[in-house]
Amino acid sequence: MEIKKEQNGTSLTMSLAGRLDTVAAADFEKELSASLDGVETLVLDCAELTYVASSGLRTFLMAQKRMAKQGKMTMRHVQDAVMEVLSMTGFDDLLSIEK
Amino acid sequence: MSAEELRVEAKVENLPAVIDFATATLSDACPMKERMHIELVTEEIFVNIASYAYAEPGGDVVIRRSGGEGGEGLSLTFIDGGVPYDPLQRPDPDLTLAAEDRPIGGLGVFLVKKIVDEAHYEYKDEKNILTVRKFIGKKED
Repeated sequence: MEIKKEQNGTSLTMSLAGRLDTVAAADFEKELSASLDGVETLVLDCAELTYVASSGLRTFLMAQKRMAKQGKMTMRHVQDAVMEVLSMTGFDDLLSIEK
Repeated sequence: MSAEELRVEAKVENLPAVIDFATATLSDACPMKERMHIELVTEEIFVNIASYAYAEPGGDVVIRRSGGEGGEGLSLTFIDGGVPYDPLQRPDPDLTLAAEDRPIGGLGVFLVKKIVDEAHYEYKDEKNILTVRKFIGKKED
């Protein structure tokens, strides 16, 4: 998976491309931990994210829990395949998702 | 249909090879959604075994595959010699909890149970044997 970051003051957009599998989730988690200090608005752009496994869901949840304390996290442009996994696990209710 | 078999070390780094093996009989005509379901089920089961089955220095997993699209569907059997563990007995996570109360684990097995049409576990000859079957190409999902 590829992660692109674009920071604008306290707003951070992370664009995720490819597969968020167990191996990628570990990298994503590290990247998040290193990036969220001082961030108040986190946008995860999922336009090119094609796959997510439970390890990826856990990373979304961790990011959501952290951002709830310091601001807000929004997911954007979620594809059907990823959305289905979010729905099956009730994550569509936990996360703020914009089409 | 005869079964094909793959034996790999139970390590997460072998995940791509395991997914390639699990999906090898799926044709280009197989809908992306169904292919993704098979990949997801394979990943969740294999990663669980790689993460929890063995103490150091680890051990092997055998994956047996038969069938594919149509007919009896695709059947995948995962066999490991690690600690006895029936993942199907794991209670489902409470999907109504708010984000801050959600436990971090238990989602993988839940996804497997949601996606597959049949799942069966047995512990035999000191092996965990988990078989899942998924019908591919049927209308209802």
